[in-house]
Amino acid sequence: MHAEPLSLIFLNAAIVNNFVLALFLGICPFLGVSGKKETAWNMGLATMFVMLVSSAAAYGINELLTELDLLFLRLICYIAVIASAVQLVEMFVKRFSPALFRSLGIFLPLITTNCAILGLALFQTAKEYDFLQSLVYALGAGAGFTLALMLMAGLREKLALAKVPDVSQGAAMSLMLAGLLSLAFMGFAGLGGSHG
Amino acid sequence: MAELPDTREKLTPDTFLRGLWEENPVFVMLLGMCPVLAVTSTTMNALAMGLATTFVLVCSSMLVSLLRNWIPKQVRIASYIVIIATFVTIVDYGIQAISLELYAALGAFIQLIVANCVILGRAEAYASKQRLTTTFVNSLGMGAGFTLALLALGTVREILGNGTILGISLFPADFQPWIVMILPPGGFFVLGAWLLLFNWLRLRKERKQTEQIGVTAHAR
Repeated sequence: MHAEPLSLIFLNAAIVNNFVLALFLGICPFLGVSGKKETAWNMGLATMFVMLVSSAAAYGINELLTELDLLFLRLICYIAVIASAVQLVEMFVKRFSPALFRSLGIFLPLITTNCAILGLALFQTAKEYDFLQSLVYALGAGAGFTLALMLMAGLREKLALAKVPDVSQGAAMSLMLAGLLSLAFMGFAGLGGSHG
Repeated sequence: MAELPDTREKLTPDTFLRGLWEENPVFVMLLGMCPVLAVTSTTMNALAMGLATTFVLVCSSMLVSLLRNWIPKQVRIASYIVIIATFVTIVDYGIQAISLELYAALGAFIQLIVANCVILGRAEAYASKQRLTTTFVNSLGMGAGFTLALLALGTVREILGNGTILGISLFPADFQPWIVMILPPGGFFVLGAWLLLFNWLRLRKERKQTEQIGVTAHAR
């Protein structure tokens, strides 16, 4: 696992084991912010940035805690780092793009409870990636998340104009769509190597 | 701050029952979807995940409720997260000690209970304002509702995708299981189907009510 090439790590995180459609991480923003393509794109970028920061920080923390033999504090430290990273992004976005800040609304602080980010930190620890591998993994996961969000937003923008039965409106329809997307992504299984 | 209305809820059966049906965290509020979809490929996993989440939910809500007058408002979310993370660590080590097999099956999703918005939502919206007893009953109800939803998905997916329930075979030996149901897409489809069912029930009820109002209005 250690010698895993960077290109495969990226491919694996972004497409084969897509965080949203294959691993079920980050479903809440996936269903919540996928109404419009533009918001979806910005949300994807913000999430990718938080992923990169927290992935780098999580790597350092894990080394430190292993050194000190305090591994039971890992979870608490990770979530604290993620919360700080989200705070950072929030301040950054508010300063440089107030319009974007308003359009993301409540979902910006909610990145903290996006399990894709915590999941990323936990997975990279479990897979024992080194620093560079972790960063590439984070980049891939972020790209995959953005891809899933954009696909969903595109579908839902089209669907908003279509006439669907009353009974299937709202979340039920979104979930069925997500199921179809997930089914399509299963076609990538086996691409780029046999490791999970 | 002139009039502070008494927002504290009285303890009624509804405090518990609301979590099961009216405000079901999964089917009605659509919270905490990630574990709902990810670990429900078998009934056993669903049950274990439901119980673990309920434990964290009840314990952290109670602690938040106890400390509600001491936690400063500005840092409350961070404090809640740390409280939740503490209990999740306990559950994580607990499950590891009880059954390694179960621990492997649930994987990272035990630790991901931290990021379950049902729990943070309860802490913020309920436990930080209510007394200990009502908080206990309410969060127990929410936990039960969450477990119920997980079971609803887990059983359907296990029966369709594996032909078994709790590991006991239901069909004759030449039964071909519908494998896609235990794979990721199946999770989305089954949850979507449950939501369709609930939508249908709700619409039917609404239609009946309007019809009844129409009938009484006509009779007058």
